[in-house]
Amino acid sequence: MSTISITVNGQQKSGTAQGNTLLVDFLRSELKMTGTHVGCDTSQCGACVVHVNGESVKSCTVFASACDGAEVTTIEGMANDDGTLGIVQQAFHEEHGLQCGFCTPGMVMSIADILRNNPQPTEAEIREGLKGNICRCTGYHNIVKAAQSAAATMAGARQAAE
Amino acid sequence: MYNFDYTKPTDLSAAVEALGTEGAVAMGGGQTLIPVLKQRLSAPSTLVDLSAIDSMKGIRRMGDMLVIGGGTTHGAVASSADVAAAIPGLTELAAKIGDPQVRNRGTIGGSLANNDPAACYPSAALALGATIETNQREIAADDFFQGLYTTALNEGEVITAVKFPIPTASTYQKFEQPASRFSLTSVFLAKMGDGSVRVGVTGAGADGVFRHAGLEQALSSDFSASAVDGVEVSADGMSNDLHATPAFRANLVKVMTKRAIAALS
Amino acid sequence: MAKDNGIGASVKRREDARFLKGRGRYTDDMNRPGQTYAYILRSWSAHATLNSVDTSAASAADGVVRVFTGKDIEEAGLGGVPCGWEITDKHGNPMKEPAHPILAIGKVRHVGDPIAVVVAESYQQARDAAELIEVDMTDLPAVVDMRTAETIGSAVHDEATDNLCYDWELGDGEATDKAFAEAAHVTTLEFINNRLVANPMEPRCALGDYDEDADHYTLYTTSQNPHVIRLLMGAFVLSIPEHKLRVYAPDVGGGFGTKIFHYAEEAFVTWASAQLKRPVKWTSDRSEAFISDAHGRDHVTKAELAMDAEGKFLALRADTRANMGAYLSTFAPCVPTWLHGTLLAGQYLTPAVHCRVRAMFTNTVPVDAYRGAGRPEATYLLERIINKAAQELGMDQAELRRKNFIRSFPYDTPVALQYDTGDYDATLDAVLEMADYKGFEARKAESAARGKLRGIGLSCYIEACGIAPSSLVGALGARAGLYEAATIRVNPTGSVTVMTGSHSHGQGHETSFAQVVSDALGIPEDQIEIVHGDTDKIPFGMGTYGSRSLAVGGSAIVKAVDKVVAKGKKIAAHLLEAAESDIIFEDGQYKVAGTDKAKAFAEVSLAAYVPHNYPIEEIEPGLEETAFYDPKNFTYPAGSYLCEVEVDPETGKVEIVALSASDDFGNVVNPMIVEGQVHGGLAQGIGQAMLENAAYDEHGQLVSGSYMDYAMPLASDLPSFNVETAEGTPCTHNPLGVKGCGEAGAIGSPPAVVNAVVDALRDYGIDHIDMPVTPLRVWTAIQEASVKQAAE
Repeated sequence: MSTISITVNGQQKSGTAQGNTLLVDFLRSELKMTGTHVGCDTSQCGACVVHVNGESVKSCTVFASACDGAEVTTIEGMANDDGTLGIVQQAFHEEHGLQCGFCTPGMVMSIADILRNNPQPTEAEIREGLKGNICRCTGYHNIVKAAQSAAATMAGARQAAE
Repeated sequence: MYNFDYTKPTDLSAAVEALGTEGAVAMGGGQTLIPVLKQRLSAPSTLVDLSAIDSMKGIRRMGDMLVIGGGTTHGAVASSADVAAAIPGLTELAAKIGDPQVRNRGTIGGSLANNDPAACYPSAALALGATIETNQREIAADDFFQGLYTTALNEGEVITAVKFPIPTASTYQKFEQPASRFSLTSVFLAKMGDGSVRVGVTGAGADGVFRHAGLEQALSSDFSASAVDGVEVSADGMSNDLHATPAFRANLVKVMTKRAIAALS
Repeated sequence: MAKDNGIGASVKRREDARFLKGRGRYTDDMNRPGQTYAYILRSWSAHATLNSVDTSAASAADGVVRVFTGKDIEEAGLGGVPCGWEITDKHGNPMKEPAHPILAIGKVRHVGDPIAVVVAESYQQARDAAELIEVDMTDLPAVVDMRTAETIGSAVHDEATDNLCYDWELGDGEATDKAFAEAAHVTTLEFINNRLVANPMEPRCALGDYDEDADHYTLYTTSQNPHVIRLLMGAFVLSIPEHKLRVYAPDVGGGFGTKIFHYAEEAFVTWASAQLKRPVKWTSDRSEAFISDAHGRDHVTKAELAMDAEGKFLALRADTRANMGAYLSTFAPCVPTWLHGTLLAGQYLTPAVHCRVRAMFTNTVPVDAYRGAGRPEATYLLERIINKAAQELGMDQAELRRKNFIRSFPYDTPVALQYDTGDYDATLDAVLEMADYKGFEARKAESAARGKLRGIGLSCYIEACGIAPSSLVGALGARAGLYEAATIRVNPTGSVTVMTGSHSHGQGHETSFAQVVSDALGIPEDQIEIVHGDTDKIPFGMGTYGSRSLAVGGSAIVKAVDKVVAKGKKIAAHLLEAAESDIIFEDGQYKVAGTDKAKAFAEVSLAAYVPHNYPIEEIEPGLEETAFYDPKNFTYPAGSYLCEVEVDPETGKVEIVALSASDDFGNVVNPMIVEGQVHGGLAQGIGQAMLENAAYDEHGQLVSGSYMDYAMPLASDLPSFNVETAEGTPCTHNPLGVKGCGEAGAIGSPPAVVNAVVDALRDYGIDHIDMPVTPLRVWTAIQEASVKQAAE
């Protein structure tokens, strides 16, 4: 067992982990942050996607120990400071981009990452960018729309700022 | 997964020392190894995470060689302007591995060292005639891959860099396995400065990645789709599973090779 | 103009915020003080005699609390996992119903059959210790292929030496034979409806918590129907009376049928928590889900369609073998029978239909209802054979269907249903227009110029939702009623709490049910709370499956609202000093007809709870009503789907370039949610048609036992869909006029996709490819057809 310190959503958190403790288990069991989910054991479903030092990763395929000292952003950190939904979250709400909600945390984190790297993606780029995320409810139709809508909102915000 | 000691050395010598421990296993990005550990198919005593060794990261052009550090992620390769300028086929390949999250963690050294028969990178290493540089020596790609999940690496030997000769043209044509999205049968085609053509095939061979001599010979003298038609690609030695028969894989070798030619024309 | 609230409005979901912020409460998010963790050692053999299970080393391992085996279950005298539906075979005999112990006793019957459970302080310790269990098994020949199961000479259960659970039939065999004898043309199709794994993204989880002081059990579980679990587990497995057992299914991450059923793990953790006096939690991982969640579909069928010279259908004959797997899951026996045979009239005037179904036991995971359950199999059968017939007759696929549509309602089918209403021309016309059917040939030519083969495939489905009435389903073998319950609790200040027996695991009931109540009571949606999933809070209800929630559960809510209003009128009449018969209720006001005298809903509610000025002699205080709604008939959603594909003849890869869907769901409460349901159904249907296949090898090993080999549809596999909900023909027998939309997409789309692929390949003379139409299968079909053509 070793002590791991991570900055999660801007807050310093620490807990203990074994060598084989995965980041997702550390978040869920040690830090009691259950927003990040586990939907498979072959690193494919993406329900566990979080950002580590600004990069999108599958928290089920990263050891907690590897993240000692890292900045981690989870779904719990995606809302605005006043508690209202962030742009990507709001787009999911407006476009009905979620049903059961289980894959949603990973979807939101992946789309935030797609838009950070490519602010105006085509539909094909969005679909390709979601290759690491499985949704069984929505057929992805409204998830893609949510991504497009979030991109438009962000573009509008950038324009307004200029 | 079984428990183990985890260590993340920041320099190569410390990593090599840690790998000297009985039962120690090296991990690049862990994107293949961690799922294997979850299935309890491997039980390391110590897991040596190589991802913090800065000297093993990075991409640089050295004359007619492109050198990619063993710890460089697929994402870094896919987005590198140097790679795109020198070996566009490598850009295509790296961008088609797995998904964005896998590409952010998985490394070229990890992929080559694992030598999964359906991995993408081994086909490029073979087709480009790469040299695998380790902490001990240099190994020609043609000598490196030795069957399924088997390589020339010794215990404790770490891939520090991969040196790719720069071809005049290159492309990677991937045909995905429908579930895993690994390679079902994919072809890396490189046209070298001396006019020779090299064809690396991954996903198809029952013994893992291979070069196809017949296609290379035909294309070296006539770089055209019709030259491919004239080559017999045997189904013997192709693997057989739920997703593809040997005959289908043999067909895909030809089809993907033709598409590679079309992509370069 | 689009409405912004109430019935018909695309109200944004109130559920979303908690899910989007990572604050959903799924079962695995729950933890109880003193909790232990269960790891289940499952059989790696498909069929074996269990000689001994030695748990001594495991019991002594670090952190182990106790190890349980089938022997413990036997000694405790626990019941087996019950089956909820009994089929009577064609000879009038009951189906074979072998025992299904919670943990294997004497034999293991499929890969994944639980042998032992280790309960430990941590999951890791439980799993480590499980490796120390020594199991001595003797392998027996595995029964895998349904087609040879009767004669293989190895029996999954001693009670059924021929592995036949039942041999059932429906329809007039004689009339069917006669029609075939007189037919001008007969089309025959033999096919496999591929086995699927439901794969809700949340793996199953169960947490049992026994309160010794109160002698009370709580089971937190991933269920679509907590009361059904309480009834089955309490009464048949553990003998816990209902008042001592609470079943709570909080946020559930998708179900698609596979979370309807009562599973052994639920019973185990509940029972073990009392044995250990500590909470016991089991969480499935995905690999475990593949070998322990009930699978879906898996039929082998021969179908024949008899037609006259003009293409009028004369008769349909279907002979199906349906896989039950190793044990009978909760609703398994009814899926290939009453949910399949009865749908074989489809949208068509086929005078005679006969269906035979042989249900087989095999050494595979149990098979039960999966999104559509029987209806996708029936639709696939019909819609594929009709396209094959059109191909043989050289007729247009739309025209052949149109020639045979039912146009007069109510319509009694030859397979025991009465369709109340429908307009099949309307949805067909709509989809042909939406998809520019007329322009197809031009698009095909354009594809051909790029070396691609373009095909177009139609499917006109009908389904039956909200199966009922209870008296009928009882006669058909159901061991439960299929009504739904709702309680409307009007709070003193006029807000409303609705307790529903329906369960939401993605369907958005918290939003759409509030829309229904808001319309009915004339109060804003934010004054209405929907409560579901907890047997301690809700009335006894049957849960959510079979697209029944709005048609049955919503109707129960309407009935309960009616009772509230009726009582409210009595109170209002007293307050307004008017005759009760003069009181009307509209826009949230109790009004005296023809006057401007009125009392608001909240005023009457307050009077009910503060009965100072109240007709206390006539009625009780309070305003809370419960209704149970038992429908008179099924509902019959129907629609037309058109799929357009491009096939790459060199690789066999199929790309869906367009999928258009026109559905008649009757009245629609929330169009946004309804379209979302269709999208999801389409993706699952396309998954079945192109990607998904639970494949077993001859030894009974599941070859596609993880996402590495079981192909789940990804965003990159699918197009955006073209979905329109038709004006619709409202259901005639429920108060909302609604029909149900949850399964339509998964029912209508598989034949549309396969029809399109076969259409693309028609020049090769190909007339069928089994699902999933993978690159391998398409390419192989092209090779075989080319060889055949060359030989001719």
